[in-house]
Amino acid sequence: MSDGMIILFALIVLAGAVGGAAVMTWWERRLLGIWQDRYGPNRLGPFGILQVAADMLKLLTKDDWVPPFADKVVFIFAPTAIVMAMMLGFAVVPFGPGLQIIDMNIGLLFFLGMTSLAVYSVLLGGLASNNKYALLGGLRSAAQMVSYEVFMGLALMGVVMLSGSFNLREIVESQADGWYCISQFLGLFVFTVAGIAESHRLPFDLPEAEHELTAGFHTEYGGMKFAMFMLGEYLGLILISSMIVTLFFGGWLGPWLHPVIWFGIKTFIVICFFVLLRAAIPRPRYDQLMSLGWKIMLPLTLVNLVFTGAIALWLANGGTA
Amino acid sequence: MQATETLQQTGIIAELYERFGEDCFKVQACADGIATLWVDKDKFQYVLRYLKPKFPMLHDLFGIDERLRVNRDEQPVSDFTVVYHLLSFNRNEDVRIKVGLVEPDVQVPTIVDIWPNANWYEREVWDMFGIDFSGHPNLYRILMPPTWEGHPLRKDHPARATEMEPFSLDQHRQDKEQEALRFRPEQWGMEQKTDDTEFMFLNLGPNHPSVHGVFRIALQLDGEIVVDAVPDIGYHHRGAEKMGERQTWHSYIPYTDRIDYLGGVMNNLAYVMSVEKLAGIEVPDRAKVIRIMMAELFRISSHLVFYGTFVQDVGQMSPVFYMFADRERLFGIVEAITGGRMHPAWFRVGGVAQDLPIGWEKMVRDFIDAMPARLDHYDKMAMQNKILQKRAMGIGSYSQEEAIEWGVTGPGLRATGMDWDLRRDRPYGGYDQFDFEVPVANNGDCYDRAVVRIEEIRQSLRIIRQCLDNMPEGPYKSDHRLTTPPPKERTMQDIETLIHHFLNVSWGPVVPAGEATQLIEATKGHNSYHLVSDGGTMSYRTRIRTPSFAHLQQIPLISNGLMIADLIAIIASIDFVMADVDR
Repeated sequence: MSDGMIILFALIVLAGAVGGAAVMTWWERRLLGIWQDRYGPNRLGPFGILQVAADMLKLLTKDDWVPPFADKVVFIFAPTAIVMAMMLGFAVVPFGPGLQIIDMNIGLLFFLGMTSLAVYSVLLGGLASNNKYALLGGLRSAAQMVSYEVFMGLALMGVVMLSGSFNLREIVESQADGWYCISQFLGLFVFTVAGIAESHRLPFDLPEAEHELTAGFHTEYGGMKFAMFMLGEYLGLILISSMIVTLFFGGWLGPWLHPVIWFGIKTFIVICFFVLLRAAIPRPRYDQLMSLGWKIMLPLTLVNLVFTGAIALWLANGGTA
Repeated sequence: MQATETLQQTGIIAELYERFGEDCFKVQACADGIATLWVDKDKFQYVLRYLKPKFPMLHDLFGIDERLRVNRDEQPVSDFTVVYHLLSFNRNEDVRIKVGLVEPDVQVPTIVDIWPNANWYEREVWDMFGIDFSGHPNLYRILMPPTWEGHPLRKDHPARATEMEPFSLDQHRQDKEQEALRFRPEQWGMEQKTDDTEFMFLNLGPNHPSVHGVFRIALQLDGEIVVDAVPDIGYHHRGAEKMGERQTWHSYIPYTDRIDYLGGVMNNLAYVMSVEKLAGIEVPDRAKVIRIMMAELFRISSHLVFYGTFVQDVGQMSPVFYMFADRERLFGIVEAITGGRMHPAWFRVGGVAQDLPIGWEKMVRDFIDAMPARLDHYDKMAMQNKILQKRAMGIGSYSQEEAIEWGVTGPGLRATGMDWDLRRDRPYGGYDQFDFEVPVANNGDCYDRAVVRIEEIRQSLRIIRQCLDNMPEGPYKSDHRLTTPPPKERTMQDIETLIHHFLNVSWGPVVPAGEATQLIEATKGHNSYHLVSDGGTMSYRTRIRTPSFAHLQQIPLISNGLMIADLIAIIASIDFVMADVDR
């Protein structure tokens, strides 16, 4: 692709991601509504989809207020950080053969790095608010994200071993013979759990935990700054889902249809799965989440890593010991 | 009063006479037959200490301003009376101890060292009557704002807004009120820090998604661990007891609906039965069965709200919507029968407001046929969920002794293994005619409190089915002359009943002087109305004993040392509404 084309493509991806995140706010509510014996937003436009526009108008016209007791600069910076980090993450996602903003040979590491940056947003937002609930939320997120970060990365090493590359395009191409969701089911499981924790959605929404901390780290936020947090969360959801598809479900691979459509369908299904999880599962306690992470998830990841490594070595040696 | 005479020979009165001598006591005859004894201020503590092993629960403690009361029979001289209502499970018996105080010495020793749950009750009496409990550890206002002047339940305190200056809240006053509400740890004997930790103090509430109303609980936190907690109530106080003194016996019924606003007609039941005891009204069978059916419908409704919000508060999002959909169906039935939904105010002194509408059987039958399967479904979805079990099992548990010590009643008490239900053990209003079981659990933790309530829904369905299959024919209202409003048919025939009807409707009925309490097994525990009639068209004193008040008081006891998330689970599992606490 020429430079101009790349810029155009990047703009399309950005618009798609932000638009997708916006539509997600409506789609998630509709889907939850259906599963919960109610309608959800269905008044405005066909199936209520214009609710998105109404919500945006409302949030945009709200007073841009910073609490007098907050640390002003950090308070404003915090919500932008998560949106920026998540948007950058989309740069390495392979939407189809050749349809990638940057074909980086450490694409996977770049993705992990960007999602890790998102923790700053939550942490700084919680600290800068100078509110006790926000502080507790910030603390929880720091502990939760740091510990889940560890095996989020480790869970993907199995995929890296099998494909022999950190390049996301190559990882997808290497799945032509079979998706990694079969051989790497442990990795998939751990990565999914870590992904929910990373995007702090129910059941792992402890930094927010409405029933305990009112709104956790973003208790003091309103208007567009609150909308940025939400945008970041939904961008994160889409990003994690597209990563799961890329790493475990063969990315754009699929018969008959255009690769981008395949990628879209798969990502959509994973997103719906995340929404279903939110509707179905209660929230564990903070310390239970930690012990789940360190006592179950981490050992699982390591076991997966050892086995995958052994098998990869065995295969590399031509199947003889 | 024949009932009292028999009690005097055999019951607790005889035992007290034997132990302390007859001169110590003055027996008062009450319309409810509960042994009521006046004791001198300097002796009553000994009496209470003696009674505690026999009557382990301090069921209620309240005051009466006697200064304007005319019909006091031969009661001892008293300007302010403090009443201690004790309850025994083993003996299935109650006793009331009354201590009379004469102005200006309105002071009485505290009994916090005998019953720890006297703490809040004594604070309430201090708040409402200005009776000083010497030796009380923190005798602050509890229901009224700290800046309030006067003691509202005194007869000389204004009862209506028109008797006071118009209310205004300027900046100066707002600042003053806010400053008065600031939580001061030192006031409650809390340390700001220890050698290795500095504590954080968090005001959980009065606006918080999980405190079920306007309830503040000030937490002393070490990280996320709750070191100590101070519940602060009174934000939902509407002066329901004071209103009882300005409303006729009849027109007070709608106020009772709003005490436990999830209990609907269940509140009416305790109130109208107390009035009926005073007035000596016998309710016809059909009215009894209708009342029981409606009360049980509301028990289901209340428990469904509990179920949904409990599960939601431990972070499961969906079930509450299913339960509210069921509740909506139930309200459809309530609406068809009473015309109202949450607050039907439908029971009447002497019966109910109307007869059942045509076609009620089908609605009720459809509902009770559908519910069991749905309950099974919820059980799989919520109660058998491993995460929920981990969040609720072993959390916030108390023993049976602690529960009784702190005045816990209802499902919270049955969850500790106490097999006690007023409907079975002291059948009122016709419950003796029904077959049902009393669900019991053993651990007294959050999970068991939920299990007991869910099983109670099934038992209530069973009771409703019996109502449905055996609804007696006959009048829905007693033909007693104090029944309000009186049956109208005969008023068109003779002048006597027309006059009665006119007076009862315009002034309200005149209920004979006396005192009576009716305890009922309400949705959340024991609910009772202690009514004092001075022979007028209005109550002289209306005392409402609510279960939630007692349950909130023991929150610190079971939550200290746990995490904030556990506290939320505990609050959810207690199942209170603030209107029921503050009245």
